[in-house]
Amino acid sequence: MCGIAGSVALAGTTPPPDLADLEAMVMAIRHRGPDELGLYRDHRAGLGHARLSIIDLLTGQQPLAGEDDRVWVVFNGEIYNYLELRDQLVALGHQFRTRSDTEVIVHAWEEWAEQALTRFNGQFAIALWDSVEETLVLARDPLGIRPIYLREHGGRLWFASEVKAIFAGDRSGSRELDPAGIAETFSFWASVAPQAVFAGVTELEPGHVRTIRAGRTVDRAFWEPSYPHDDVAGFQGSVDEAAEAVGAALESSVRLRMLRADVPVGSYLSGGLDSSLVATLGLRAKGERFSTFSIRFEDAEYDEAPYQRLMSDRLGSDHHEVMVSRRAIADAFPAVVAHAERPLLRTAPAPLYLLSQLVRQSGIKVVMTGEGADEMFAGYDLFRSGKIRRFWGRRPDSTLRPLLLRRLYPYLARSPVAQQAMAREFFGRDLDHWSEPGFAHRSRWQSAAALQRLLTPELRDAISGTDVLQRLLARLPPEFERWSPLAQDQYLEIRTLLSAYLLSSQGDRMLMAHSVEGRFPFLDPQVVELANALPPAFKLRGLDEKHVLKRVASGLVPDAILQRPKQPYRAPDALSFVGDDRPDWVDEVVSPGNVAADGVFDPVAVDRLWRKCRANAGRAQFSNADNMALVGVLSTGLLVGQLVRREPSRDQTAEFQTLIDRLPDSPRGGVPYKRMVSQQR
Amino acid sequence: MTVADQVRAFILDSYYVSDPAELTDELSLIDSGVVDSTGMLEIILFIEGQYGFHVDDRETTPENLETIGRIADFVARKRAAAA
Repeated sequence: MCGIAGSVALAGTTPPPDLADLEAMVMAIRHRGPDELGLYRDHRAGLGHARLSIIDLLTGQQPLAGEDDRVWVVFNGEIYNYLELRDQLVALGHQFRTRSDTEVIVHAWEEWAEQALTRFNGQFAIALWDSVEETLVLARDPLGIRPIYLREHGGRLWFASEVKAIFAGDRSGSRELDPAGIAETFSFWASVAPQAVFAGVTELEPGHVRTIRAGRTVDRAFWEPSYPHDDVAGFQGSVDEAAEAVGAALESSVRLRMLRADVPVGSYLSGGLDSSLVATLGLRAKGERFSTFSIRFEDAEYDEAPYQRLMSDRLGSDHHEVMVSRRAIADAFPAVVAHAERPLLRTAPAPLYLLSQLVRQSGIKVVMTGEGADEMFAGYDLFRSGKIRRFWGRRPDSTLRPLLLRRLYPYLARSPVAQQAMAREFFGRDLDHWSEPGFAHRSRWQSAAALQRLLTPELRDAISGTDVLQRLLARLPPEFERWSPLAQDQYLEIRTLLSAYLLSSQGDRMLMAHSVEGRFPFLDPQVVELANALPPAFKLRGLDEKHVLKRVASGLVPDAILQRPKQPYRAPDALSFVGDDRPDWVDEVVSPGNVAADGVFDPVAVDRLWRKCRANAGRAQFSNADNMALVGVLSTGLLVGQLVRREPSRDQTAEFQTLIDRLPDSPRGGVPYKRMVSQQR
Repeated sequence: MTVADQVRAFILDSYYVSDPAELTDELSLIDSGVVDSTGMLEIILFIEGQYGFHVDDRETTPENLETIGRIADFVARKRAAAA
């Protein structure tokens, strides 16, 4: 995979980028690509690269240019259809120097310019510098698998795969938290691009390309999700034909992701349908044994080992497990937050951090996962509860319709009759808004937003003018209200949570922390396009979630996995931090002095929260609100301590395997217009 | 301390509200997000422990429990009935 970083001067009068700044940026994200480092600089732009070598191990170094050394690129990701594109480009007369997918990007750009982006099947964050036209292009894949953060400061645009690289390079810039980013986190569970959690920093939106030329910046969407409506026809076949089409698209997606690598590819097994299907198709594509990896929990409530082992036995895979305890979560959490670079309301990223460590220790650099299936094929309870509550909302007086909720929340059926009045009150909230955008998500967002009562009065004041929900709804695509309610819910889920949290805090960041690349077959462009085109009833048939996908998996995946009730991936949350054996950092973070110094939360409120959590430490489970509150307070405290208060270090020097310095009087390179490839490692 | 103030103090501690002024007698505890659906059970346990009567399932309704004011009225009614 890799990390990218760099800067470009917004005005011609700005001095050239400083090599030490660029070096510090690359070193800050070295964990993303420990295999090789590279740098390009001219009088206006600098591009840095930390490489995790996966395709074309010998000659795929970056930065890399086309035949005439004019267009330079650094790139984080994979273009899975690079061989097909390369053939097309060779036929068009392009000459290649390497076997890498990176070089395909350069030539594709020369040939098709921005249209090239829609031809890529992959996951990518690309920085491309046309040194003649002095134009910088930054592009991010359609679903935001790979990150790019941005900041304009001191006459330059700084960009990087992770914010810590911007902080390391642009040392005079602020590292303060952004109140609007905090408000989004304590609503949507994560800040949503372009909003970031640091002031002055933005995140390039998924499917967007930014062009900076002569000081002018233009952002444009090169891809937007589309669902059927009156004027856009969807999939026309039967549900059986849909299953066949999805199966074929998925098989080809897995084949590309399994086979397009010059290192072995492994697979995660959660015990659920999606990763089981991916691994099964992976075995079919590869035709030989490969490695699988699973998270286990000491807390039996979260453990899915029987299903994971059933699947690994069926595959005959070389299976690896990491056993996760509460203490292990607490011990890993500071590193988890430093990598995630956001406040977290769940500990779920921590076991994934420990899992990628196991992957790396097992000698594997690339894994496939089932991420994205629940969003694309409607697997979440939220979609089902949204469907029931809308059905109820159309006839609010119905006594039968709300009873459907018992199918989703079986504990309701066991509750005494009158207690259900309270449940009705809860689930019936906002029922009169059933036809409005965001209806299904609203109760989740409100539960998280209620935790804003923990913030300092100053911060609450600062965010009181930002209605994050209105801001989100104001930016919906024009055709949104013409989509089916399920498509609307899927869109919002993808926009607010998939890229911002699942692919980031639980995905890219936890994988790259241990230099492991994730590949996500359910996010293949053809799979996504097909899934979006399906009629809602093929995805959510009655209340049967992922209906089409289950048909695809039928006969491929053991029935026990196919038929088990969906178990959302969770880890012990607040309970990881309240036991007597908790690590010392927990008490430090919640101490009134530190809370006051951080300036995010009210020390009195945090003290009350902490006393309650400590008093309840022996309980089997905490309420959802208490879990989110404590994890949110701890992660924010760790974030402030590690990224806001701490000055980025510049102690380490980089050994660049590729260094192209086009400044004639450079103190370090000194070889203008020449490629220097050192052999030192 | 009135019943309303005792309930307020309990909610203040249990739901980590920093500013007591926010917890008015009329604030809807569930609508405002201060108390989630499971949190209401904690409030019932508190009432039962504090005032020594049993809250019947049939009494677990928004009419009795939605706000601090309603809880105080409910407690007063129960005590009057027991006296």
